Amino acid sequence: MSLRSPLGRVLGLGSAKGGASHWYAQRVTAAALVLLGLWFVVSLASLPGASHASVVDWLRSPVSSVLAVLFVAVAAYHANLGLQVVVEDYVASKGTRLALLVACKFALVVAALIGVLAVLRIAFGVVA
Amino acid sequence: MAQPERPLSPFLHYRWQYTNTLSILHRISGVLLSFCFFLLVYWLAAAAAGPDAYAGALRCFGSPLTQVVLLGGLLSFCYHLLNGVRHLFFDLGYGFELKTARKSGWAVAVAAVLLALIVWFVLDRHLGRVA
Repeated sequence: MSLRSPLGRVLGLGSAKGGASHWYAQRVTAAALVLLGLWFVVSLASLPGASHASVVDWLRSPVSSVLAVLFVAVAAYHANLGLQVVVEDYVASKGTRLALLVACKFALVVAALIGVLAVLRIAFGVVA
Repeated sequence: MAQPERPLSPFLHYRWQYTNTLSILHRISGVLLSFCFFLLVYWLAAAAAGPDAYAGALRCFGSPLTQVVLLGGLLSFCYHLLNGVRHLFFDLGYGFELKTARKSGWAVAVAAVLLALIVWFVLDRHLGRVA
């Protein structure tokens, strides 16, 4: 038996029953980003310099490239989850809200793909 | 017509405290970091595009305006990371007592600024030369 009113059901109001997985994914990606974020900053600090050669050398090592791909992908996912909550909380107009949610998702997916592809190109030695 | 006494919406009568400043800062820093994510991707894509594109990216990162954005990004990164860990402890059910939450809030805010300054100093000294 559902406790939702028939009118509420027709209007699509109330819980969509998907909130828990969003909440959980945000925490799991947060925990992953604590480790990946620390790794990223420590790696930057231990680069021999900011030159092109040193960055390419760094991302050529298997460990760095795997972690860099993970960092880009997980950061994009976590950013999307977070921006979604912010947009849903502060944007009242339904149309603007939907437009912003879709725009965030598109921009982050495209950026994540560009970032992952860049790391892979370096890792596979496409970049001189 | 006289209005009946109605309960007010919480934001109309809650006292502003630094704990809710910390909370809203977590969101603001998160939004800033989302923008910085695009800078990270630009940096990686420039490295993958070759030395010339990479040199252009370094020039862009070295400009005063971008440096301000990067410093803001670094502050956001340190704060969001430390306060994020604080929130993960909350989610596990620890540190919710008023006293503990206030103390950890102060600790996180101070530690974030210190950490950001240290990382900025290290990165600037370390990477600045070659860039």
